Amino acid sequence: MVTAIDRSELLRLIENEEAQVVDVLPEREYTEAHIPNAISIPLRQLTSNTVSPLSRDKPVVVY
Amino acid sequence: MSPRAACRLERLGFEKVYDYVAGIADWKASGLPTEGTAAAVQRVADATRPDMPTSTPTEQLGDVRSRTRDAGWDECIVIDCDGLVVGRLRNQAWEAEDDTTVENVMEPGPTTVRPDGILQPLVDRMTKRGTTLVIVTTPQGGLIGVLLREDAERLLTGEPPEQVWLDCEGCPGRWTVKP
Repeated sequence: MVTAIDRSELLRLIENEEAQVVDVLPEREYTEAHIPNAISIPLRQLTSNTVSPLSRDKPVVVY
Repeated sequence: MSPRAACRLERLGFEKVYDYVAGIADWKASGLPTEGTAAAVQRVADATRPDMPTSTPTEQLGDVRSRTRDAGWDECIVIDCDGLVVGRLRNQAWEAEDDTTVENVMEPGPTTVRPDGILQPLVDRMTKRGTTLVIVTTPQGGLIGVLLREDAERLLTGEPPEQVWLDCEGCPGRWTVKP
């Protein structure tokens, strides 16, 4: 089940659990500004192929 | 958009999926650093300094006055127990008796700005109004620091004040004006 989180929980996940942050906004918006180290996978491109670089053992946070 | 992405990731077999609902707007508004082309624009956070004196509403003015002057400031920001900005001490407020409670002389509900605001228009407004200091807070009102017009003008003219790395418990930290 997906868990909605706030900023403090996001920071905790990054710091303590090596969370993988995924920016699902259109690439143009990602290019303008994104959370440091976030990777870009726009929603329309979210497929089994594009998510293959993500580890399934670590948390994934989308925004 | 992110709830749909989170659901799709779950269907793709990911078990630990989280949705940062407030997204990049919330991240930027809290003054945290970003990467990307927009990061080159100078923001309020770039000239914000965290070293101003603070007090609580229930302290005695005499104690706060001494602390503020010893630190080399003539203003003090009043925050409540949750770190939210509730007032400001300056000018005539300092003339009250030592045993006056801060909340009785502070300016309640001072104007604040967000750290992700673009710096140049803010400095233009400050110059027009003769303002030398503004308080920088999170969208929820939590104190981040203050912006001195003098610091901001130096930054905008290519003579930035010396900066130091500010550690932040539980967050990535950021560059800030050296106290």
